[in-house]
Amino acid sequence: MRVAIIGNGIAGITAARWIRKLSDKAHITVISDEGDYFFSRTALMYIYMGHMRLRDTQPYEPWFWEKNRIQLLRGRVETIDFHAKSLKFKEKDDVHYDKLIIATGSKSNKFGWRGQDLDGVHGLYHLQDLAAMERHTATGIQRAVVVGGGLIGIEMAEMFHSRHIPVTFLVRESSFWNNILPPEESAMINRHILEHGIDLRLGRELDYISDKNNDGKVDTIQIKDCEELSCQFVGLTVGVSPNIDFLRNSPLSINRGIKVNNFLETNQPDVYAIGDCAELDTPEVGRRPIEAIWYTGKMMGEVVAYNVIGRKTAYKPRLWFNSAKFFDIEYQVYGDIRAALPPEHETIYWEHADGKCSIRINFDKNTEGVVGFNLMGIRYRHEVCEKWILAKTPIETVLKNLGLANFDPEFYREYEQEVVRTYNQKFNKSLQLKTKRGLNAVTRFLETFK
Amino acid sequence: MQTEYSLSLANPTPLHTSLRQKLALAAVAIGVLMCLIAWASPTAAQLLPPSVFLAMSISLVSMGSIAFVHEEYDNKPEGIKNHGVFFKSLVTRGVWGWFLGVLLTGFYVCLYWFPEYLTGLVTVFDPLSKMMRGRPADSWFVYGTIYTLSVLLMGYKFAMKYRHNRYQLVRTASVTFFQLGFSFLIPSFLVLMNEPEYYFSYFWPLKTDSLKPDGIQWIVQSSSHGLGLFFIGFSILMTFVGVPILTYFFGKRWYCSWVCGCGGLAETVGDPFRQLSDKSMTAWKIERWMIHSVLIFVTVMTVLLWVNSATKGQVLGSASMAFSKTYGFLIGSIFSGVIGTGFYPILGSRSWCRFGCPQAAILGIFQKKKSKFRITTNGGQCISCGNCSTYCEMGIDVRHYAQRGQDVVRASCVGCGICAAVCPRGVLRLENGGLDINERTEDVRAIHVKEGTLILDNF
Repeated sequence: MRVAIIGNGIAGITAARWIRKLSDKAHITVISDEGDYFFSRTALMYIYMGHMRLRDTQPYEPWFWEKNRIQLLRGRVETIDFHAKSLKFKEKDDVHYDKLIIATGSKSNKFGWRGQDLDGVHGLYHLQDLAAMERHTATGIQRAVVVGGGLIGIEMAEMFHSRHIPVTFLVRESSFWNNILPPEESAMINRHILEHGIDLRLGRELDYISDKNNDGKVDTIQIKDCEELSCQFVGLTVGVSPNIDFLRNSPLSINRGIKVNNFLETNQPDVYAIGDCAELDTPEVGRRPIEAIWYTGKMMGEVVAYNVIGRKTAYKPRLWFNSAKFFDIEYQVYGDIRAALPPEHETIYWEHADGKCSIRINFDKNTEGVVGFNLMGIRYRHEVCEKWILAKTPIETVLKNLGLANFDPEFYREYEQEVVRTYNQKFNKSLQLKTKRGLNAVTRFLETFK
Repeated sequence: MQTEYSLSLANPTPLHTSLRQKLALAAVAIGVLMCLIAWASPTAAQLLPPSVFLAMSISLVSMGSIAFVHEEYDNKPEGIKNHGVFFKSLVTRGVWGWFLGVLLTGFYVCLYWFPEYLTGLVTVFDPLSKMMRGRPADSWFVYGTIYTLSVLLMGYKFAMKYRHNRYQLVRTASVTFFQLGFSFLIPSFLVLMNEPEYYFSYFWPLKTDSLKPDGIQWIVQSSSHGLGLFFIGFSILMTFVGVPILTYFFGKRWYCSWVCGCGGLAETVGDPFRQLSDKSMTAWKIERWMIHSVLIFVTVMTVLLWVNSATKGQVLGSASMAFSKTYGFLIGSIFSGVIGTGFYPILGSRSWCRFGCPQAAILGIFQKKKSKFRITTNGGQCISCGNCSTYCEMGIDVRHYAQRGQDVVRASCVGCGICAAVCPRGVLRLENGGLDINERTEDVRAIHVKEGTLILDNF
């Protein structure tokens, strides 16, 4: 069986690895136009900041691919002949497949601003974007502007800041990422961005980008209803969308992304789509049809491997989780935490006096079962939080045993007592924390779920 | 070209060194220069009384370093400070890295084989040696003093750099305390008391004297208060009881990154070079062969010496002594000293600990086979970024385990905790837990898809 995978990101590579794990016979080819080897996309920022080199972001050494008989092919697929089951390249022979996995990821959004295609205007998604950032900001830059207050936007701000490039950060919302983060956490990140000396402009939008010198390079931007700013680089980080333009006029069923069912099958026989470029027909309740994050790409890669080798398995990602790091503040979320608290939920929020770490636990008003955890600057255990949420464990049981969830390093102060106190004050209770941080208690707890 | 840099106080590495930092650097430079002048010309040093000269030199270097580091980190937000690491030639085998490597290596060559070249420098330290040990300085005392001072000053830098991380603060306090007390003050005090220069923080097989017949004889004979037997007893107890028990509870780290002097240097002076360790599978293979060969070498040597001693030299003649001398030359001098430290800017900070140290080999075997210690990984949160592997001084590919959700149980891990510190997603935690001691290395959590039920687990 010849399996072709377009895209060597986390989704495509996870698929390739799992197909090899499950089947010794499959002939696996991974095609990429972006780079020779799989690297961690989420680590691109660290290359720019000098924390790592490109090769340090590559999880497998070059010999790994040969040893596991995964053929890597550098090239760009121009079209797919779904009838003949072949991939067409511009300057390469056709590649024939029995099964095809499309994992082409995303591309950065552009919303038709004037000047958006000037030199020095870039998103950050591909390796080539990083190279462009490097090219345009290595010398002679006095200011960079980042447009869009999301995860990539704040990464870009941190990247420039690490190189002493003054940054103006335009955020359309009234507070950073407040469509995802609850108000307190969002405010914390606003303060933290300012603490680092970033010129944060909340509630500001880009009007247009211009090139007053007429040399094809950006030199100023106009902020809507506000001033004009001189800058030599503009980062456009206003979200991403599926990278599927080359498939637009094909029999493949496409909406925003490539339409797939729960088995990650497209409307074409033996063709699957996974990761950022896939759009689920029927996502689970509370989940979006396209979730362009690392973790879902990884899970889909694994599930598709089962389906490709004929062991039918549905994609059921179960509990939502995510993480990020905003400058120095780590963020973890488990379960259902919404920016605006829905009426059926109740929340307990504790924040440290230094304003740099917080714990939020949400629970259902009726059942009292916990629904989500939101952590800033504090690490919680994925497994423990997940078990509690899935079992709809009552909030008081969770609070009494909250130490089980703590994953901060040894000797770190434990704040679970404070969370319990917050709960007691809010609901006039006198609950006591029973379990503190520690592995043995966690092992015992997890055993009960086996 | 006019360039306006950020006005932010939070800049991780100010491009323009502040006036205070310039003054601090000047103090360090003058302190170092004083030593160099005295080294070159003893008469020049006699302009000041020797004790004043030395005190001034050490104070200038110390206060200058502390002031510089304080200024460097204190007014920035707490957090990971790895900006620009791979742009600095000193710590990426660039021009300055190569220069420093040759300089350090050359110093070790002088120290081991040409101590007479250090005479001028040694004289400078006479006042301190006389005060602490009641006798003039020798090259090893000078080395010990510089070593300890470096650990303390760079320990301060390390602590400031990781001041948000309480594990790093406690660990650094411990490792600098043991260097200052157990590897410097106590041995000096013992010399003053006419006792052997005994180190409570080194045991066989790292310190072979405490289990070699001639070493034991020397310790007993040079003890004027009959403490010799106590020292021998302590060493044997640590080698056979203390090391296994402590390693069972805490892993190798209790020694390698909390107590050991070599570890102390690596964790402080060596910290800027940690990313230079080789992470390849090939390096891991070489490591396993090499470190266990050294362990066999030292064990065979010790056994031979005892056989020789028991048979009064009739069976082996001078062979066992020659074997011992070879070990001392190859391992004791070249490997642990010249390469181990001199090559910091080339091989990273732990090449001796990783490839050569027989104590680390033994601790590693215990850690791997029977210890509560492991680095746990946090479910599915790993993004395979590679910070953990890059900054692992022992060259462990931590990411390999983290991205599978598998606990890290590796013989070489010294438990420095930097992988957990640099992880941007809170994936790693150093933990001790005995309940699942025999299942630590199973990658159960890496089973993701449960067939039949058609449910995808998150891990």
